[in-house]
Amino acid sequence: MVKDQEFLKSKASYCLDLAKKMGATDASVTVGHSISETVNFRNKSLEASDRSDGLALSIETYLGKRRSSISSSNLLNENIKTLIEKCFETTKITPEDEFNSLPDKNLLAKQISSLNLYDETRFENDKKIKYLKELEESASSDKQIINTESSFTENKSNFILANSDGFCDGYKTSSFAASCVTVAKDENSMERDYEFSSKRHLSDIKQATELGNKAAKQTIRKLSPKKIGSEKISIIFDKRISKGMLSAFASAISASAIARGTSFLKDKIDQQVFANSINVIDKPDIIKGMGSQNFDSEGVNSNTLQLIENGILKNYLVDTYNGKKLNLKSNGRSGGITNLYFEKGNISYEDIMKKNSRSLYITETIGHGSNLVTGDYSVGATGFLVEDGEFKYPVNEITIAGNFKDMFKNIILANDLEFEYSVNSPTMMIEGMTVAGK
Amino acid sequence: MSNFFNKSDLTRQDADKIVSDTLNNCDDGELYLEESKSESIVLDDNKIKSSNYSSDLGFGFRAISNEVVAYSYSNEISKDSLKNSSENLKSTLKSIKGTYNHEIPKSNKKFYEDINPIEQKSLDSKLEVLNKVNDFLRKKDGSVKQVTASFAGEQKSIEIIRSGGEALTDVRPLIRFNVSVMLEKNGRKETGVYGIGGRQSYDDYLKNDNWKNVCEEAFRIASVNLESKPAPAGEMKVVLGPGWPAILIHEAIGHGLEGDFNRKKTSAFHDLIGEKVASEGVTIVDDGTIDNRRGSLTIDDEGTPTERTVLIENGILKNFMQDRHNARLMNTKSTGSGRRENYRHIVLPRMRNTMMLSGNQTQDEMIKSVDKGIFAVSFGGGQVDITSGKFVFNCTEAYEINNGKIGSPIKGATLIGDGPSILKEVSMVGNDMMLDPGIGTCGKAGQGVPVGVAQPSILIDKMTVGGTKL
Repeated sequence: MVKDQEFLKSKASYCLDLAKKMGATDASVTVGHSISETVNFRNKSLEASDRSDGLALSIETYLGKRRSSISSSNLLNENIKTLIEKCFETTKITPEDEFNSLPDKNLLAKQISSLNLYDETRFENDKKIKYLKELEESASSDKQIINTESSFTENKSNFILANSDGFCDGYKTSSFAASCVTVAKDENSMERDYEFSSKRHLSDIKQATELGNKAAKQTIRKLSPKKIGSEKISIIFDKRISKGMLSAFASAISASAIARGTSFLKDKIDQQVFANSINVIDKPDIIKGMGSQNFDSEGVNSNTLQLIENGILKNYLVDTYNGKKLNLKSNGRSGGITNLYFEKGNISYEDIMKKNSRSLYITETIGHGSNLVTGDYSVGATGFLVEDGEFKYPVNEITIAGNFKDMFKNIILANDLEFEYSVNSPTMMIEGMTVAGK
Repeated sequence: MSNFFNKSDLTRQDADKIVSDTLNNCDDGELYLEESKSESIVLDDNKIKSSNYSSDLGFGFRAISNEVVAYSYSNEISKDSLKNSSENLKSTLKSIKGTYNHEIPKSNKKFYEDINPIEQKSLDSKLEVLNKVNDFLRKKDGSVKQVTASFAGEQKSIEIIRSGGEALTDVRPLIRFNVSVMLEKNGRKETGVYGIGGRQSYDDYLKNDNWKNVCEEAFRIASVNLESKPAPAGEMKVVLGPGWPAILIHEAIGHGLEGDFNRKKTSAFHDLIGEKVASEGVTIVDDGTIDNRRGSLTIDDEGTPTERTVLIENGILKNFMQDRHNARLMNTKSTGSGRRENYRHIVLPRMRNTMMLSGNQTQDEMIKSVDKGIFAVSFGGGQVDITSGKFVFNCTEAYEINNGKIGSPIKGATLIGDGPSILKEVSMVGNDMMLDPGIGTCGKAGQGVPVGVAQPSILIDKMTVGGTKL
């Protein structure tokens, strides 16, 4: 069983009392407990089981404008005492930083509404095994599939965040995740692809057969890929890649990147950064949402933020420290985004596919090719050549490149948005990018 | 050395008994105990942004029978907790019986000292170095707009208890010192990053004001990039500089030669042992035994002493890298490559220091032989798709080559290639093998472990450069 609120609260207040007693002017502490159980399958038989049970504690102590932090997994009072002593000793010799402080009291979350983030259902390992058997049966029904690996993870967590201004709250969350990776082979090639489903509640997880079939289908269609020539071509990003574009955008508008001046979106508030049809929203209060939260990692209340409105940048993601640097109030985004999405566009998937007589549909990218300082983007890619709205043949060993500043202004979104993950995007098309191939 | 049994109701005798009882009918497994202490001190934007200390303690209990691995971890070292884990392992393996393999090789060699680098340098003197870095770079040039400098240090103590009570221990220090600088000139911004590190004390790396060299190098890379032009797109010749660019070897070849992917036959290399996979003159080893290197280990995380494993010898594929589990299933021996990020994770076969050995040509000859291509000196990260064999890495410093001469610097671009064929495109191997500066972390299945790479300059006849200029 995951530890209850009372246990976590008692540890948190032990830490705060001790820090105060030693002379800390302020302190904040997070105590969490998490239990996970995973079962792994390979080629229709059990491959591994993994159980984890982890406590975690992190404390920040302040002496005026001086601050330092410690973290530990050892929650014995004797160990906590040694660590807080060490933390406070470090705080004393750490230089002052005028922006260090606990969050403003009036921004702290007051009423916690239930977002239904916890499902107490226990999905015993035997049931996980049954699910995975079914999944792998459907994933391996085509004889071109030569290897299947799948897993089911169940997680239950609880945490308390407390600070010396009297904030003390936390809540339980759960997650269930099923995934499947398949390998297909033909005379020319061997390819891998995947599918997964991750939800707060067990009953929302995709059916085993649906997951297995989808993974297999997505893998088989990649067989016998070709390399294409280098050219400018319009690129269609599958949803699983277009949502990555949103994550890159979110990193570039974090108050930390803005305050440090290391973002290509610095000083762009109230300016056009996306095509004017584009809206981006970060919504923390989606019921059962994978990214939902009642407050951020400092206890600050988080409301829905319209980040992009008709293509114009309206907000950064602001935490207390960097907010003070930028002269902005925290908007409850210490720890980053919550549930982030592009509002759907008004063109259908079919019409996006047919928009050009020839385009490139990308299903996977590899490499760390996003430079958020300059906006330059260059990654390895795998996908399909599309002609007249249809997949002609699979393509690999190519790269796609551009600069986010131009790419964002050329985005066209389909109307097929679904809320599957914490970051969600419709299918996306960008014209004018460069493909490097043969 | 940590004593894992003096702060809990669990005695060594209890632990031995539970371990032996649990693993009695299994093929392999162990109790892995770990205590780590780590620190991170960061200067950023003219201020000490964070100073964090963390201590972590826990165990991971593993039982293996046939192809099934059962694993359970907890950060509470107690009799109850270990018994719970034991029950959990037994329930997974209830219907599968094995015969425990007690054999584990021994060695007296050690590749680093039992030190705690965190305690060997005072916080004050660390803060002083970080402030000096900041002042030095900001005074150096008006274009310097941002400086980040950091120390990261760690001491990890492990103990492995096997069925029958055999215990193996190791204490592993690790440090890293890093500088990142952002320049702005004529409206353009570029970053340069450089770092050093390994398994010695901070001062072993910082003596003779070596921090200045780290600053100069980060500044130099950023300055070069301020002048960079859009990179070309398409297939061309690529000259790689020595040292860190060997992450090409790590991505293109290394991962594909890890035992697990080959046992499962999901690696493009699984049926190529004894075959020619590289040009003659290409020899690649994975070596865990180089003194004080970031990727070196006295014993791996299963207790096997590490070794120098020859992967490719004169172009012929010789060996895969193995942990005990995959080695047993493939009827071979562990190469001391069983690693895990920490007690929360299962052991996987991983790389240590992956190196291409020197040949006898010079970098100059390589550049002169290229009509049109690029010269890549430094890289960010890389990634590979083991199954299709396709891999990428990102240049952070590169130049165009025109008619045998190095030309303008080019913007960061991704290079993409095919693992099983790329080494056949190597047409020259340099005489200038160099180790990387000690900064690499390899990710696999969500686990990061410190690694090293090395190579001489090499000429690759054909690779796709992912620029924007057609």
